[in-house]
Amino acid sequence: MSESLTFHYDVDGEDFTSAGQASVQVKKNLRRLGIAPDIIRQVSIAMYEGEINMVIHAGGGEADVIVSEDKIDIILADHGPGIADIELAMQEGYSTAPDSVRSLGFGAGMGLPNMKRYMDEMTIDSTVGVGTTIKMTVYLNR
Amino acid sequence: MTVNELIEKCGFNAVSLPEPEREINGCYIGDLLSWVMGRAEADNVWITIMSNINIIAVATLADVCCIILAEGVTVDDEIVKLAGEKGVNILLSDKKTYETAVAVYEAI
Repeated sequence: MSESLTFHYDVDGEDFTSAGQASVQVKKNLRRLGIAPDIIRQVSIAMYEGEINMVIHAGGGEADVIVSEDKIDIILADHGPGIADIELAMQEGYSTAPDSVRSLGFGAGMGLPNMKRYMDEMTIDSTVGVGTTIKMTVYLNR
Repeated sequence: MTVNELIEKCGFNAVSLPEPEREINGCYIGDLLSWVMGRAEADNVWITIMSNINIIAVATLADVCCIILAEGVTVDDEIVKLAGEKGVNILLSDKKTYETAVAVYEAI
């Protein structure tokens, strides 16, 4: 594969129970492309965490997964409230999720740390009141 | 050991078993979904008391070999149906989480 392949998804902010559809679809697509299972697992979990974040905090958003010869890039963009203190948000256990979300097993303050854990690179670009864009990269052929 | 063999050995009640021959490699216990996705390994048995629909996506993405709902927790038909479609095994255990884990440990 010499050219990159992009998968685009709209993440529905209303429907919490259907969150994960984009991630599961990404998993299927990557499997079809013959990507290694451990990479697929890393990418799809990081993507799911991002999806959940967009549903909890931002009323949805958009996700792009770009598969190139040597890497996979994931770009998650929303027009939510933004992250006031990114360093704090990156700390394991820190969360601003409401109790209704916690009772479903989310909101443990592990979403962003998990994304970082599974990706080789991750940058967060966020402006309060404007939105958040997260770019993540995992390298293939390591 | 496969999920099917685990069921036979421990007497768990399988409510969804689309992948009975999946091999088991270890076990993870947790109810916080991001902890599970961060710490569980592929092909682990996942023991939890969390029974909402999101567990199906978590199990799929984390590649666990089965979910065991411990402590007599039950699961809605709608979730069982989705589990079947997504290839997720769900077993029920009347035992407490600790005792369920011990039974899995002894079996595998």
